[in-house]
Amino acid sequence: MAIATAAPPIDVVRTADGTPLKARLRQTERVRNTAAFGLILPLLAFTLVFFFFPIFSMLVQSFENKEIPANFPRAIVALKSWGGQGLPGEDAYAALAYDLKHGYDNKTVPRAAVRLNYEIAQFRSMVLASARKAANLQTGPYKEAMIGIDARWGEREYWAVLKRNSSTVTDHYFLNALDLERNVDQEIVKKAEDRRIYISVLFRTFWISLFVTILCLLLGYPVAYLLATQPARISNLLMIFVLLPFWTSLLVRTVAWVVLLQQQGLLNDLMIALGLIKERVLLVFNRPGLLIAMTHVLLPFMILPIYSVMKGIDPQYMRAAKSLGASPALAFATIYIPLTFPGIGAGVLLVFILAIGYYITPELVGGGGDQMISHFIAIYTSELVNWGQGSALAVILLAAVLALYAIYARFFKLSQI
Amino acid sequence: MPKESDSIVQFIKVQKSYDGETFAVKSLDLEMHRGEFLTLLGPSGSGKTTCLLMLAGFEMATHGEIILNGQSINNVPAHKRNIGMVFQNYALFPHKTVEGNIAYPLMCRRVPKQEIKERVKKALEMVRLAGYENRLPRQLSGGQQQRVAIARALVFNPQLVLMDEPLGALDRQLREQMQYEIRRLHENLGVSVVYVTHDQGESLIMSDRIAVLNLGIIEQLASPTELYDKPENAFVAQFIGENNKYIGEVVSVNGGACQVRLPNGDMVQALAVNIGPVGSKTTLSMRPESIVITPTDGRCQNVYESKVLELIFHGDHLRARLKVCGNEEFIVKVPKKALGAQSLAVGATVRVGWTVEDCRALDAPAA
Ligand SMILES: Nc1ncnc2c1ncn2[C@@H]1O[C@H](COP(=O)(O)OP(=O)(O)OP(=O)(O)O)[C@@H](O)[C@H]1O
Ligand SMILES: [Mg+2]
Repeated sequence: MAIATAAPPIDVVRTADGTPLKARLRQTERVRNTAAFGLILPLLAFTLVFFFFPIFSMLVQSFENKEIPANFPRAIVALKSWGGQGLPGEDAYAALAYDLKHGYDNKTVPRAAVRLNYEIAQFRSMVLASARKAANLQTGPYKEAMIGIDARWGEREYWAVLKRNSSTVTDHYFLNALDLERNVDQEIVKKAEDRRIYISVLFRTFWISLFVTILCLLLGYPVAYLLATQPARISNLLMIFVLLPFWTSLLVRTVAWVVLLQQQGLLNDLMIALGLIKERVLLVFNRPGLLIAMTHVLLPFMILPIYSVMKGIDPQYMRAAKSLGASPALAFATIYIPLTFPGIGAGVLLVFILAIGYYITPELVGGGGDQMISHFIAIYTSELVNWGQGSALAVILLAAVLALYAIYARFFKLSQI
Repeated sequence: MPKESDSIVQFIKVQKSYDGETFAVKSLDLEMHRGEFLTLLGPSGSGKTTCLLMLAGFEMATHGEIILNGQSINNVPAHKRNIGMVFQNYALFPHKTVEGNIAYPLMCRRVPKQEIKERVKKALEMVRLAGYENRLPRQLSGGQQQRVAIARALVFNPQLVLMDEPLGALDRQLREQMQYEIRRLHENLGVSVVYVTHDQGESLIMSDRIAVLNLGIIEQLASPTELYDKPENAFVAQFIGENNKYIGEVVSVNGGACQVRLPNGDMVQALAVNIGPVGSKTTLSMRPESIVITPTDGRCQNVYESKVLELIFHGDHLRARLKVCGNEEFIVKVPKKALGAQSLAVGATVRVGWTVEDCRALDAPAA
């Protein structure tokens, strides 16, 4: 605009040696920033290599689909023109025979076969056998020949699997993680009732974590209050008891719970001796045992953030509330507890997030029906070597954690004091 | 003596010890009138806050009785005493808005919602903060926070309000403004106020009466003028206002006056306020503004030669530091008018004098 351009030229302020002041300032700042950056460089490199890169590759593997396109390049091209109704034409069968033969020679068939088996049981053996036999095929017509090798090549279902995997990305793992699949017509449908697993595992993980979090809050809040209000001599001693578990390995603590809770264990002995129960009860390898052990293990993570917030609350506020006519109980409920919300939020978030990813404790103390999502991630990655499925479950876990954090950040931005 | 119904608070031989070894409050007897603005004044650690906390119900008296409205409140918990309190650091609830803070005491008393709204509005108008209802305390300046704290302590119409150094954290200008506003509120509402400060200037401006505390006892309880003009003991004379001080020995006593010998041998005629028998030590105290330069008419019984050591011009008056009777820190305040034609010069010798009434012989300093 005219007015803006009419502004008088500003003299550049210069240092004594004539460099413009601004440039000089930037220069000094750059030196300082570089030095600061140098300090965090090792850690940055460490997290990049060992944290962000694995997470990134996990993300990629959860939807990556290399094996099938690598082994069936021609069949995939040929299937492009197939509408999905009826059986594909002769050209598709010819391409299939070629791909199987070629893959057999290049030894890429087994990997593709394993991948195909995730979609339909028995697909693996079918492909392996077909590849072996297709290697001897010399001339067409291939349609009859292939159906002759295995009658299942005459079924639409198997072709539909090949077609839906013609791309290098797949939603198979995520659908599977949510108990969904694609049917012959490529529509997303719920799995048969007896094949649904993960939704109930996700809910179980959520409920166990929620229950443990609530237990930790109920048990931890009074302890934190005691720690924050007792004279230093007593609170230091109490603090040692709170921190003691941190000085013992998680594995040792968990195994100790097994010893304590088992049918012939100390707790049963005690309850029998006190006459509380007549029959010995199993407290381990089931839900109650899992909840007890997880609550114990996670309790410090609830106590410490709440304690640190309570420590910073000026006792003057409670006095002010009382002087204004609030009974001690009312003052506690309307002033003290709201002032500890940031600590409660941090503790709840921490415990819940740790709980939904818990592995060792449920593995050792829980029963078959108490396994949480991390158990399945572990099975997929280390036993079944189905990394795609393990990654998809892990991504869902990560997404849940991030969502929780977002809610927390949203909620506590307002009440941050 | 005020009648029973005229007194709102009484401390009867109250003692307080925190550690079982020393007294924070040694022995406190005090009677406060209804509607009075009473200030507890004293140096740090003299027990002012302790007195206030006992009255508010946050500390138990170790011994003695505290009476509110004719009834002993030793066993009444803080929240049932109906006493408003303003804390030094305001203690506004950080998670509640201005409105929420002021509504809090009304909420505790189960006042209906609509009435709460009206009373909060009125209280905010009273402290000139209308329109700030929805701010959080941290969005207010120090002075605004303090006014909210005052509104909160007054909104439930307590008969008694306690203020513990409420202006300590404010800058000077704001402090003066708030002093005036607190005074105004006190006059308009007729509420009784116990005010704690260690600023003697503030206490003189604001109070109906001042209790000067030192080491857990009341040194003197009197109105500001009386406290300033007629201090009862050396501590009060020293603590309030400026003061020229000599330590001497009582030579003779006749009626209300006495003769005191100063360390350099000079004899001084003084008013016998608070002295021991002949031969005992005494502290002489006189205000810098009551000293007369070159007294003429024989009005002053005490006249001495002095030497001018320093002159400081203060606009409306002149402060001169003199050497009088061996004391080199002797301060004289001379109004500009009174100086007239004669002028003082550093190094000059002048005669100074003071009357018997202006020279108070007080107790001896603690050994
Ligand atoms: N909670 C406490 N525990 C132990 N001693 C205390 C406690 N509070 C105060 N005292 C002691 O009691 C004495 C009086 O303290 P008090 O707080 O009443 O002084 P104050 O006149 O309010 O001083 P200030 O002007 O510094 O606020 C002091 O010697 C102090 O050390
Ligand atoms: Mg104090």
